[in-house]
Amino acid sequence: MTQSDSTASNNRSSQRLYALTWRLPIIVWQLLFFIGPLLFLIAMSFFLVKNYRMHEAFEMVNWQKMFSRAYFKDAYVFTLGMAAGATVLCSLIAFPAAFALSFKVSENTRRWAIFFLIIPFFTSYLVRTFSWYVILSESGVVNSLLQFIGLGPYTMLNTVFGTMVGYLTLTLPLVIVLQTFSMSQIDKSYIEAAYNLGCGRLRTITSVIIPLAKTGLIIGAVFCFILAFGDFVSPYYLGGSKPPTLSILIIDTTKSGQQWPRAAVVAIVMMLTLFTVAFASIAYAYRKQQR
Amino acid sequence: MNDKLTTTKVPTTRRKFLKYGASAVIAAPYITKVSAEPTTINMLAWYGHGEPDMVGAFEEANNVKFQAKYYAGGDNMMALIAQSPPGTYDIILSDGEFVQQLNAAGYIEELEPGDYNFDDMLHEDFTQFPGHWADGKLHSVMLRAGHLGVSYNKNFVTAEEAKSYKCFWKPELKGKVGHFDWHLPSLGQMSLLEGNGAGLWDLDDAAWKQVQDTTLSLRPQVGGYFDYGGTFNSLKNGEMHAMCGIGDWITGVLEKDGAPVASVIPDEGGIQWTESYCIGKGSEKADMVKAFIQYMLSPEGQVKSAQMAAYPGIVITKAGRKLLNEVDPVEAQRTGQVDGMENDPITLIKEGRIHYRNIPVQQSLEDWNDFWSEYKNA
Repeated sequence: MTQSDSTASNNRSSQRLYALTWRLPIIVWQLLFFIGPLLFLIAMSFFLVKNYRMHEAFEMVNWQKMFSRAYFKDAYVFTLGMAAGATVLCSLIAFPAAFALSFKVSENTRRWAIFFLIIPFFTSYLVRTFSWYVILSESGVVNSLLQFIGLGPYTMLNTVFGTMVGYLTLTLPLVIVLQTFSMSQIDKSYIEAAYNLGCGRLRTITSVIIPLAKTGLIIGAVFCFILAFGDFVSPYYLGGSKPPTLSILIIDTTKSGQQWPRAAVVAIVMMLTLFTVAFASIAYAYRKQQR
Repeated sequence: MNDKLTTTKVPTTRRKFLKYGASAVIAAPYITKVSAEPTTINMLAWYGHGEPDMVGAFEEANNVKFQAKYYAGGDNMMALIAQSPPGTYDIILSDGEFVQQLNAAGYIEELEPGDYNFDDMLHEDFTQFPGHWADGKLHSVMLRAGHLGVSYNKNFVTAEEAKSYKCFWKPELKGKVGHFDWHLPSLGQMSLLEGNGAGLWDLDDAAWKQVQDTTLSLRPQVGGYFDYGGTFNSLKNGEMHAMCGIGDWITGVLEKDGAPVASVIPDEGGIQWTESYCIGKGSEKADMVKAFIQYMLSPEGQVKSAQMAAYPGIVITKAGRKLLNEVDPVEAQRTGQVDGMENDPITLIKEGRIHYRNIPVQQSLEDWNDFWSEYKNA
């Protein structure tokens, strides 16, 4: 080995060490606060509860119990459907707003708009949800306005509609921001080229803007799905827990008999669903871009 | 000897005197503060019991500070104690039906019956409340109670209709009947509707099936399942016109606020929730806790309980009722806590129309909870 080889090898080692030093905190963090609890959650799903105390065991009884219950399957289908519905609805509502912010307003206006979209996150989601009581109740603002034109009152709280309003309260600002970031990165010359080649507005959106912003649009949709799928507050307080979602089922399971292992089964099923949806969506989002 | 004493002098110089004097002056406020530091009493209770309106006067008079941990439901209480080391909680407020489980698990201390004035109880059952005594030993003292029946909005349900749980099936109430989201009171009420009376918790398979069928038939009427806040709000803003599984502990707060709601005990009978105090096993402040329980059973304590901001309860002592009628006759009248009133809760118990809340006898809590989940999904 020559001296230059030795120096190069030393440099590579020190570079690896340098890189590891920067990566280490995030690795440790993930191990401590994600992988560790996740493994414990999986282990806990095999534990038993006796006299309100968990006992370490390796029994399948919790899995068998939950999978044999019709209400678990019903709650799963309902939660999946509601989260998917919220994702589609939110993405559709967010798109025109994000489009306008990306292409129709000045840089300064866009900055202010994003600032105002972030502001809701400064307040408690629970408080924002409860504020809908004033707006959606039968004696609330919306029904009072509708009564002026001879309509209503309509029941909006404790319905699927109420739950959906809650989901959008949680996710819409975030999805608009993500879509805006994605679309504002598009090189405007592509859009001009599309117009020059005779594309109409709709064709430009479907053939140029959406494909170019696809990654951001999908990431926004995935975030919406994840937040809605795991949300407890909206289906409980605005949907009246009627029917319950998986998050509510977790609460119900722990409330009676302190069945944390059975709640762990529900939580693992939820996580597996979210992992599947997230990985599939992200793989799809990036796959075409690489071609 | 005297010589020795007189010759044993502390060698003091002017510098040392100034040094120790200055130290003493600087430390004085802290010494005073240490001596005035209140003793912390750790309380495990339903929400509201550790708030200033309940414990403030006792804290001030006895230089103690209550550190309250709140729970919702007996299962939750049992779990919190089970997961804590002995001695964590000095005082435990338990639902009456869970005292025997606390005792069986060895979580509470034995009490001395002579410390409490049982002769003053308004009803003999309160002295020998089920589960509070075991093998002639006292383990818990009842503090307050309340009755669960039909809770309704007076603009949509008449007092006559509210005399039966059947009013929940009234066609006009479709989508307007709410449930307090706990299986025990709601299924207990369905059991009463099925005519199970005093045996409402002791259901054989056929009776249990009948209760389930009746409950499921109510599902189309149901507008939602709520926790305390949701129940409160949905009645207040008129979203729900009738509520199953609650009583004056929620409508009482709203009624005092002017809402057109009320609770009555229907002809099929009602259910009593009972709250009792226990001293936590291994508590080092048992004497102070005992003094607090005595205070809460005193007329002043009982009135505080009846007027509790979070949710009102009925007084259980004669002296407490007398004082309530003197200082707050409006509340006494509103809740029927006046001798001779038709809706006097003690009279209702004596007439056999009230049944103490219990846990299922022939089924497990899990069976009832499973059905509750199915019902919510139906």
